[in-house]
Amino acid sequence: MLGRFLDSDVFYSFRRNPLAVGSAIILVCVLIGSVFSPWLAPTNPFDLASLNVMDSFNPPAFMPDGARANLLGTDEQGRDVLSSIMYGTRVSLFVGVLAVAFAITLGVTVGLVAGYLGGFVESMLMRITDVQLSFPSILIALLVDGIARAVLPRELHNSLELYVLIFAIGISGWPQFARTVRGSTMVERNKEYVMAARVIGIGSARIMFSHILPNVLGPVLVIATLSLGQAILAEATLSFLGVGLPPTEPSLGTLIRIGQNFLLSGEWWVTIFPGIALALMVLAINLLGDWLRDALNPRLR
Amino acid sequence: MALLDVVDLVVEFPTRRGVLRALDGVSLAIEPGEVLGVVGESGAGKSLTGAAIIGLLEPPGRVAGGQILLNGERIDTKTQEQMRPLRGKQIGAIFQDPLTTLNPLYSIGRQLVETMQTHMKLSDRDARARAIKWLEEVGIPAAAQRIDAYPHQFSGGMRQRVVIALALCAEPKLVIADEPTTALDVSIQAQIITLLKRITREHGTSVMLITHDMGVIAETADRVAVMYAGRVAEIGPVAEVVKHPAHPYTEGLMGSIPSLTHRVDRLRQIDGSMPRLTAIPTGCAFNPRCDKVFDRCRRHRPGLVPSGKTQAACWLYATEAANG
Repeated sequence: MLGRFLDSDVFYSFRRNPLAVGSAIILVCVLIGSVFSPWLAPTNPFDLASLNVMDSFNPPAFMPDGARANLLGTDEQGRDVLSSIMYGTRVSLFVGVLAVAFAITLGVTVGLVAGYLGGFVESMLMRITDVQLSFPSILIALLVDGIARAVLPRELHNSLELYVLIFAIGISGWPQFARTVRGSTMVERNKEYVMAARVIGIGSARIMFSHILPNVLGPVLVIATLSLGQAILAEATLSFLGVGLPPTEPSLGTLIRIGQNFLLSGEWWVTIFPGIALALMVLAINLLGDWLRDALNPRLR
Repeated sequence: MALLDVVDLVVEFPTRRGVLRALDGVSLAIEPGEVLGVVGESGAGKSLTGAAIIGLLEPPGRVAGGQILLNGERIDTKTQEQMRPLRGKQIGAIFQDPLTTLNPLYSIGRQLVETMQTHMKLSDRDARARAIKWLEEVGIPAAAQRIDAYPHQFSGGMRQRVVIALALCAEPKLVIADEPTTALDVSIQAQIITLLKRITREHGTSVMLITHDMGVIAETADRVAVMYAGRVAEIGPVAEVVKHPAHPYTEGLMGSIPSLTHRVDRLRQIDGSMPRLTAIPTGCAFNPRCDKVFDRCRRHRPGLVPSGKTQAACWLYATEAANG
């Protein structure tokens, strides 16, 4: 299995693309650093007992009066910025991945059903998609979050905030999956293997999800990668605007929002480093997505 | 009783310019174990007849008249859901292009197993064993190893063998083969036809063999139906139709086949071309191209009348009694 992958055309084109290799390395580092942050991070920024206000606003270690223990400095409560970034990236990635997974599930289902059944069902589903596409996705995410705030009791909302955010970002991202999958499905459904499956007597649902779905996953994979970047940014934007995650469970966006208060008073590291981390991660994801798009498109080889 | 009985089948396509009659009163029957060849030019309605029988007419096409009876049961009025248990189990189908008939992401074994399990209660292991048996039967070498291979790992001819196994593995009573050899090399065509003939004979399967290759028909079919402009021009035992064609169109068709035994400087051709569906002439559809045309042909449409051992839709053979 691994041997076949290492021998495949996709891996060959990956190896020959330094940008893709670089992005992959960055991503792997980010992944390891964030997923294993409880073990790898120098301190636990959520452990209030370990915080010492005396350590607040320590500059990064490379600055003249920086403390060696805090490589990227500390924030106003004495939390280690590097540790905060590692924990925050974990939250950002978690939200991003689940939001995209949710968007894929919804979008791919809608697209398959619309593309395969056609007719009235297709018109209905696609008009809904079009309507949603005519709103900026961040607006929809804000709307969903606002409704959740209004509807859920405050306590419940705080504990569910993470999942509300995932839902809000996911629901704003599904239309592009639906449209792409619908297009590919309309091409696939007229191929003879689908006709053959129908002639064999296989049911519609099985044809859609078992026969057609694997054949339309190529473009979905590409969009998924690119929209993972968007989802992470959307989460950061919402958190920056203050409707996302609370400071007790900070994501990169929350860190940037908190830090920007001190940007003009000289403690630039509190917000700049999370910003760099976010930009680097999204850039790597997008570059990888671009490469994937080219690698899976035989006409661009 | 005939296995399949198509009676006066009419298929129409409502379009912007009015309703097109793509099939107009097609009648044919297939006996159990029989191979019926269906020939005709492009657009004569051969494939459409096949699609109508399986119930896979693409909208807006619809059956507008006549009946399709399978084992005496009407199937043209069934819904897609009601047709589903019949497909594969009663009627199998082989399409033209083996390159696209197989799902590129399914191993061939999985496709066979899925087909069999759709219609028969079989454990995974039994289904797999049967799949291997079928692959051996259609002449895939080292079937037990090849069963997990994907379609792209097979050549065109091998893939068409797999397709034949796929159409037959649920043991249908009737197989509709729509130009099964058109996409293949000439040298492979003969192999595939021989295989199809052998395997359907062994299993007692009836075949409706749609093709424009008279050679294939002559070699394989028991009876042949010649179609023209959505109608059956002539139907009868294959030897009779080939050697003593009754309908002038069949005669023209046979005359246009190059022969190895007779030296001919120029092949005969039928002047003109098949009418478009929007402009089918009144009377016999073939009358503008027919060299034996007479007045009646232009006014009234002939039905199938016996002529020797075949039946032809031609006024030449209408007896006084039939004139009424």
